[in-house]
Amino acid sequence: MTTTAADQQIIRSPGQRGVWAWITTVDHKRIGLLYAVTAAAFFFIGGLEALLVRTQLFGPDLEVLSAAAYNQLFTMHGLTMVFLVVMPIAAAFTNYFLPILIGARDVAFPRLNAFSYWLFLLAGLLIYSSFLLGGAPDGAWVGYAPLSTQLTEVVRMDFWSIGLQLLGVASIASSANFIATVFTMRAPGMTMLRMPVFAWMSLVVAFLLIFSLPSVAIGLFQLFLDRNYGALFYASAAGGDPLLWQHLFWIFGHPEVYVLVLPAMGIVSEVLPTFARKPLFGYPFVVFAGAAIGFVGFGVWSHHMFTSGMGPLAEAGFGVATMIIAVPTGVKIFNWIGTLWGGKIKFNTPMLFSVAFIAMFTIGGLSGVTHAVVPSDTQQHDTYYVVAHFHYVLFGGAIFGYVSGVYYWFPKWTGRMLNETLGKIHFWLALIGFNLTFGPMHILGLNGMPRRTYRYPDGLGWANWNAVATIGAYIILLAFLVFAWNIVRSHFLAKGERVGNDPWDGRTLEWTIASPPPVHNFDEVPVVHSLDDFWHQKYAEDEEGRAVRMPAVTGGALTVDKKTGGEGDDDGEHLDIHMPSPSYYPALSALGIATLGAGLIYLPWGFFAVGIGGAIMLWGLFGWSLEPVTKEH
Amino acid sequence: MAPLVLVLAACSGNGPQSALEPGGPIAKDIDGLWDLVFWLATAVMIFVTILYVWAIWRYRERAGDESEPKQAHGNTAIEVGGVVFSVVLLAIISVPTVRGLLDVRAIPEGPDVLQIQVTGHQWWWEFEYVDETAPDGRTLITANELHIPEDTRVNLTMTSADVIHSFWVPTINGKRDVVPGRSSNLTLIADDPTPPGEPIPGQCAEFCGLAHADMRIKLHVHTADSFAAWVEEQLAPSPLPAEGTAAAAGWDTFNAVCTTCHQVTLEDVEGEVVTYGPDRLITGGDVEFRSSFGPNLTHLFSRTTFGSGTFPLDVAHLTQWVDNPQALKPMDPDRNDLASGRVLGMPDLGLDPVEIAQVVALLETWK
Repeated sequence: MTTTAADQQIIRSPGQRGVWAWITTVDHKRIGLLYAVTAAAFFFIGGLEALLVRTQLFGPDLEVLSAAAYNQLFTMHGLTMVFLVVMPIAAAFTNYFLPILIGARDVAFPRLNAFSYWLFLLAGLLIYSSFLLGGAPDGAWVGYAPLSTQLTEVVRMDFWSIGLQLLGVASIASSANFIATVFTMRAPGMTMLRMPVFAWMSLVVAFLLIFSLPSVAIGLFQLFLDRNYGALFYASAAGGDPLLWQHLFWIFGHPEVYVLVLPAMGIVSEVLPTFARKPLFGYPFVVFAGAAIGFVGFGVWSHHMFTSGMGPLAEAGFGVATMIIAVPTGVKIFNWIGTLWGGKIKFNTPMLFSVAFIAMFTIGGLSGVTHAVVPSDTQQHDTYYVVAHFHYVLFGGAIFGYVSGVYYWFPKWTGRMLNETLGKIHFWLALIGFNLTFGPMHILGLNGMPRRTYRYPDGLGWANWNAVATIGAYIILLAFLVFAWNIVRSHFLAKGERVGNDPWDGRTLEWTIASPPPVHNFDEVPVVHSLDDFWHQKYAEDEEGRAVRMPAVTGGALTVDKKTGGEGDDDGEHLDIHMPSPSYYPALSALGIATLGAGLIYLPWGFFAVGIGGAIMLWGLFGWSLEPVTKEH
Repeated sequence: MAPLVLVLAACSGNGPQSALEPGGPIAKDIDGLWDLVFWLATAVMIFVTILYVWAIWRYRERAGDESEPKQAHGNTAIEVGGVVFSVVLLAIISVPTVRGLLDVRAIPEGPDVLQIQVTGHQWWWEFEYVDETAPDGRTLITANELHIPEDTRVNLTMTSADVIHSFWVPTINGKRDVVPGRSSNLTLIADDPTPPGEPIPGQCAEFCGLAHADMRIKLHVHTADSFAAWVEEQLAPSPLPAEGTAAAAGWDTFNAVCTTCHQVTLEDVEGEVVTYGPDRLITGGDVEFRSSFGPNLTHLFSRTTFGSGTFPLDVAHLTQWVDNPQALKPMDPDRNDLASGRVLGMPDLGLDPVEIAQVVALLETWK
């Protein structure tokens, strides 16, 4: 196929720099960074929403926020943290490191990868635009019908239903991509049971999303039709059933919990061996426990509905299934402790966050078991006890895990270390602030404080613990400002210590390549001989089983001491490696779909936007399928 | 840290709406289950913490130590042991869980069971005592403050007029959702009578929109005698106010404006008993619930609170409420549509101060 000069100038990105290069990039590492930066921005917005909520609850009957504002803020906080922060930060790590960890040069479908990111970003912006267009969604992130279908003349819940639908499309696309990547792109010798745990968890998560998202997609379509066309799926007066929504939502919503936390468990399973200088204890058990959590996670959704009105037999079944899920979770925790046991533990910041992850997640896991005791759950359900539980799992758990990942892999992204002192300040502030905020919520819930309440009266014994929780929330803010400053200082002010390929004496393939990695990742595709292949290139074991450093490796696939810096611009052309060319069609297609979605919110005159969006989408998809994948030579 | 917090929770003052201060046999059973799980979980936590802290402390990197650790890859016996250990613990929990579940969910039957129908509304509660009838066949209907006798099995049959709510008085039982189109049951049994004027607090536990936080419940527990007296008093109609009083002027306003939504049962001078205000039937599963658009105001001043248990019932608060209800409680009455049954709170009625005072004077006569 021949390309004209016009193609080169217009269709092709001229270089690696500038905004246009980022919009057209199909490089998994750049897309990973885009996810990370976007998730960080949403993290601060979602955190600000939480702070406003906590400020309102500082004392009894405060009037910082109106009920209407409060309901929008707690709804948007949940929506933001789940869909616009934790899912994309997991996607950021998966994008950046999954291909490298399995020895691939990119994901299986690089342009689909770009499409997923742009659709995620635009869906997030669409949801947030509601603040400027009459008010944000206010029916809680779970959007229970018929509350969410009650006020059809107010569009705010349409932003929620359409926004979630678009985010679901983006997630399904990226999940299909990651599954294909793991199944088809592994380097020679990289068998499934030689993959790092993080790669395994990414794979489990991708399957969870592929199987769970369709359920909520159907639910959201029905809800949208109820709201806009009187479809009456959830209208009890017309024979519909409000509980149907709860089932469809939680069949997605419960696996979603594992979608949020499994990648963090994967990161912790990478960090612990590195800093304990020992292999992961019971690797196959950790992997299969993760997969088991994924499977059983599909059978426990109704434990979110123990007060909804199912029969006692169903409730007993879901209660026991929920207890069963504690078994593989316990397996993971014991194996992490086993990894530390007998090790030589360095407490750098990534390790501190991973260690805290295990402790906080254990607390959240144990309070989760108390929910499985159905009669007891009828007291805890929809109270601050539940709020405490899932923050221990998703903040003390997932977020701490991802922060650990940031400290761990930051040198790989930028070639510079984050500052250790600032990191430790960040860690202790975060740990103390977190426990001050969410520890007391256990007590508040058991003492009868329901969640999603914009005010509470004096005299119920809730005031003091609420004040403590609010103070804790501000300490968390402080902690993450330190974190932000650390990143700005190290990278943007270039004050971080420059490091080589392998600053932590790592175990996995990402530490064999330059920091930041070249576009093509590997000059030569590595041949893998074992789990933790890079470690075994560096260390042998003596007769007692202790690690013994071998002479520096030279030649072969794994060059350890390569010069650093400037590698990010190396597109591998001089090595005759052909990476996929940049393309603006993925972003264009995403723009089309997002425009189409926005039009649906404002029916009937929004049909205009639906038409335009549809046309843009088709243009994008056609251009995408017709353009050549790589540059011609 | 969190176990410590939980231990503190278990022994500090818990407040009147706490699940940890059970005031009836069902809540006590639930609390017993909680205690079992809590202490088991705490034991596991202590065990894990000791292992964990020991591992972290014992195997930290020490200055000057150049040795490398042994590269242990795992131990199948430990793995299997860990799984068996967790399964046994969970089995210990699951047996009482299932048994307790069947107890909690059993619907009480028999002639001694007090039957009450509950309708959840945005944002208030309606209670009909279906077996307590006046000579003319009227049942006892009241709002937001529930009265029950001590040591008696009370069966609540519940539905919702609009969105999902959840009935919850933590010291008596766990919560149960109140779902439109369905009927759900919850059993209440209370051990001791409450002091007069100091009902047990509870509130809606399922997010139901704007004033979810202000959809509260007050539960009065009586001795058998005082409950019978309360029923008799509630079933007896209040008299229409005498001509020429402020209350009589208030009745003219009330009958013209307020009876659009509120019911009240009154007796005129000839002794005729009339229930004013709209009748509404709500179907929940195979049960029909008698209802209205706003709380039934018969014997309003026998209650201790109004606005769904949110405000003390006194002239000052009531005057403020009749003047501008939304200043006290967030509601969305502009979107009311009585024809389709959608009621999102009480509108500002646009009454002048004199009319407001007259209406409040009228309400005060409904003791």
